[in-house]
Formats: sequence, structure tokens, C-alpha cells
Amino acid sequence: MEGSILIGLYVFVLALFAGAELIAKVPPTLHTPLMSGSNAISGIAVLGALLAAGHSAEINATSVIGLAAVIFATINVVGGYMVTDRMLQMFKKKK
Amino acid sequence: MASANFINSIYLVSAILFMLGLKNLSSPATAKRGNTLSMVGMALAIIATLMTAGLSFKLIIIGIAIGAIIGGVSALKVEMTSMPEMVALFNGCGGAASALVALSEFQLKGVEFGADMVAHIGSFSMTTLLLSVIVGALTFTGSVIAYAKLQGIVSSKPITYPGQQVVNAAILIGIAVLSYMVFADPTNTTFFYIVLGLSLVLGVLAVIPIGGADMPVVISLLNSYSGVAVSMTGFALNNNALIIVGSLVGASGIFLTKIMCDAMNRSLANVLFGAFGAVSEKTGEAATSATGSVKGYDIEDIVTVLENASSLIIVPGYGMAAAQAQHIVRELADHLDGEGIEVRYAIHPVAGRMPGHMNVLLAEADVPYDQLFAMEDINDDFPETDVVLVIGANDVVNPAAKTNPGSPIFGMPVLNVEEAKTVIVLKRSMNPGFAGIENELFLKDNTMMLFGDAKKSLHALVTQLKR
Repeated sequence: MEGSILIGLYVFVLALFAGAELIAKVPPTLHTPLMSGSNAISGIAVLGALLAAGHSAEINATSVIGLAAVIFATINVVGGYMVTDRMLQMFKKKK
Repeated sequence: MASANFINSIYLVSAILFMLGLKNLSSPATAKRGNTLSMVGMALAIIATLMTAGLSFKLIIIGIAIGAIIGGVSALKVEMTSMPEMVALFNGCGGAASALVALSEFQLKGVEFGADMVAHIGSFSMTTLLLSVIVGALTFTGSVIAYAKLQGIVSSKPITYPGQQVVNAAILIGIAVLSYMVFADPTNTTFFYIVLGLSLVLGVLAVIPIGGADMPVVISLLNSYSGVAVSMTGFALNNNALIIVGSLVGASGIFLTKIMCDAMNRSLANVLFGAFGAVSEKTGEAATSATGSVKGYDIEDIVTVLENASSLIIVPGYGMAAAQAQHIVRELADHLDGEGIEVRYAIHPVAGRMPGHMNVLLAEADVPYDQLFAMEDINDDFPETDVVLVIGANDVVNPAAKTNPGSPIFGMPVLNVEEAKTVIVLKRSMNPGFAGIENELFLKDNTMMLFGDAKKSLHALVTQLKR
């Protein structure tokens, strides 16, 4: 258990640095798509939501909470990616 | 069914795709591909998770269907001017999802281990589980309030009352104390729900005292919070995919928050808590130093100036977008470009209602992105520019930010438009801007004011020019 926590922290810190490097290179023109795009990936909580919603065959309080989480996370993922795609389409068609 | 190792390997592939997606956002030419890569990463992660042994698909299918319809329809329907509201709501959904996942995890572990829960999952996991509930919940309600403020459902003015900070501090302490009690006895779920409830309240109370003009900062910050919440959920579930994504999103949110704060020359603390102090104490002396008179001109005068110019910089503000004038602006620019006049756009970081918002609004109107220039890239070019056309912008071109220490916006980086040979300002009336400050630019000798609805004025200009 202790080992996996430490690995988790390694992953967290390294991803933070990698992310900061990548994000600093995004030009101001694309800051709105950056925000909506990173927003979309933050819907990755959907992974946990899927496990909670489907943890048992019978429906109980936890699976209903899981269902709500799946709905929220899916709105975030699908909406976030689609709206980002819509914006980037507008940037792409120039010249 | 797939083994945990297999699923985790797929998560690694997803993480790589997310990183590549961000990398491709470094240029408008590759950005769309980046978004697609990121989507593929997400799809892979979801498919891999669905391969977990013993999963029941009934509720999962219902949930995905409902979420996909709501998210998809809103993404297709939203106006580009309303992008900040949309992002705020999506953000709130992310926060809510994190909090709910943590809640369900708490219930599952409670059933499994009862009073020995902390001993089994470890105090670190328990802490991150509580943090993901707290941060997720306040991201949810905070985002909803930010949405309501941008929509005008809740007053965009700062809402303050005596003792506000004390109340917020008390709630924060309450959350900490009750979280500790959950630690001591995880079977007492009431305390857990009170922590959740207080966090929801805190999200509301933290955002209502912040003014509408500062919403770009708030949205960026909430974006970062939603990342933090996901990371914490990742720690609680021991899921590296969530940890990685959470830190990417957290980093991006903080980065954008800093850019927005710098662009307004304010500290984050000042934005978040500024309304608690006396904000307007300086307005009396701020309006003094300006001398001269406002000179209104006709369309014909403006046309003459534009026809004799060889270089033009357009400075758009949110007023332009609010008047839906971006398409006619582009038409004007295209015409002048055809006449051999160099046309560029100067974009102040806070020209829109969220980071990069103005660029999106102009891109929607088919303005080529290579004509869009960030403030620091174009600010030295104004002295060599014949004409500057200011459309619906005010505070971001106010020279008082450089010259008048008494002005509330003193020190904020602004566009040096007054250095150009001629400045044309399209403005509805002489009312002060969003921040409620007088603008001495309007009184300068080289400034020509054209009053009226921006869209109508521009239409008239284009018609005259084409004659």
C-alpha cells in the first residue's frame, strides 16, 4: 500500500511538470480551447464513476450515486470534446 | 475479462495520448488533431475500464446515454459568446463527478471494512478521498454560481455582507473538524454528509463576492480545482490515469489563472477577496487629471481617415462581441486589406470573458488567425501605425493605467493605442466601461469618437468605403 502511494505521488509530480511544460507552449490564441479541452479530459473521473455505477447487479444507493457520477462525467467529456472540436474547426479552416 | 495489468497498460497509452493532445495545441494548425488524439485516449480509457471483471452494465449504459445527449446537444447549440458559461458548467459537472465518485467509494469501503476503514485503506487514501469530496463539491457549486453571474441570473456585482470572511473561515474550520471526526469514526456517515454539504455551501459563498469582470480568473481557477479533485479521486481509487489527468488539468488551470491575474495587474488573493475591502474608495480622485473635450465625428470623417491610412490595428473589446459586430468588422478589414492597407488585430488578454475568448469570437467570424496579435507582440508597433480602431473596448486601452496612480486600474498592462497617429473609438455612449472608470483616451487630440451602435456604425462605414 505504502509503495503504491509513493508511486502515485511520483506520477502526480512528474505529470505536473510535463503538463506545465506543454501548456506554456500553447499560444494565447488557443487559450479557450486549451481550457475547454483540459476540461474535457478532467471528465476522466468517469472511470471511477463507471466502476461505482456497475459495481453490483442489483441497484443500491451506491450504484445510483455512481449513475449520477456517470451522467455528470459524461456531460463533461462529451460536451467538452465536442465544443473544443467546434472551436478548433473555426481556427483550422483559414488558409 | 481483462486483468488489472492490462487495463493499467491501456491507461498509460491514454495518458500518452492526452500529453500528445496538449502538445499539438501549440499551434492552430495542429490543434484539431490534438483534440482528436485526446478523444481517442479517453475512449481507450473508458473501454479498458468497461473490461473490468464483474461489471454490471445496466446503469452504465443509461448514464452514458443521458450524459452524452445533454453534453452533445449543449456543445452543438452554445453560442461562442457564451463559451465562458458553457465551460463553467462543464467544469462544475467534472467537480460533481469527482465528489460523487469519492462518495460512492466511501460507501463501498464502509460496507467492506466498517469501523476499521481507515486502518485498511490507509490514512493517506482517506485524506485524498475527503479532499476529492470537498474540492469536487465546491467546484460544482462555485461553477454554477460563476455561470449564473455570467448569465445575469445572479447579479454580476460583488455580493457582500458584514462578517463574510468570518463566515467563510468558520465553514472551512467546520469542514476540517468534521473531516477529522470522519477519520475517527468512518461509520458515522452523517458527518461525511455534513462535510459534503458545507463544501457545497462554501463553493457558493466563495464566488458570490467576486465581480463579473473577474469571472475569467474564477473560471480558470475552478478549472484547476476540478483537476485537483480528479487527482485526489485518483489517489483514493489508486488509479494513475486519474492522477495524471488531474495534474495536467490542475497545471493548465493555474497557468491560465496566472495569465489572467497578470493581465489585470492583480494578485489572486486580491481577485478572490478584493470585494471585502473598500473597492471604490479611489473613484473620486480618479476622474480628475483628464483635460480636453470629447470630439464626436461623422461617418464621412472616419471614411476619409481610413482611406488615407496605410496601416490599421483593430482593438476589439467585449462590447464588439456583445453587439455581434465581429462579422462586419471582418468585412471592413477584408475591404481595407483589399485596398492595400495592412490590417492587424491587437488582442488584450482580458478582451473577452475568459482566456483566449476574443480569438475564438474572431475566428468564428473567419478572421485569419495570423492577423491576431497578443498584446506583448504588437504593443511596440502603435507609434508607426496610422489608424487604430477601438471597438467596444475601454479599460484595456485606458492610458490612466500607465499615468494616473489614483486610478483603480493603475499598473494594469494596457494597449498603447494613444501612440498611433489617429485613434478612432466606436462607442455606444460616454458611459464608463465594465470597471466603471473614466477614460482620458476619449479626450485626446488624436482621438475621434464615433458614437452609436457598433454594428450599425460599421455597416455604414463599409457601405461608404465601398462606394
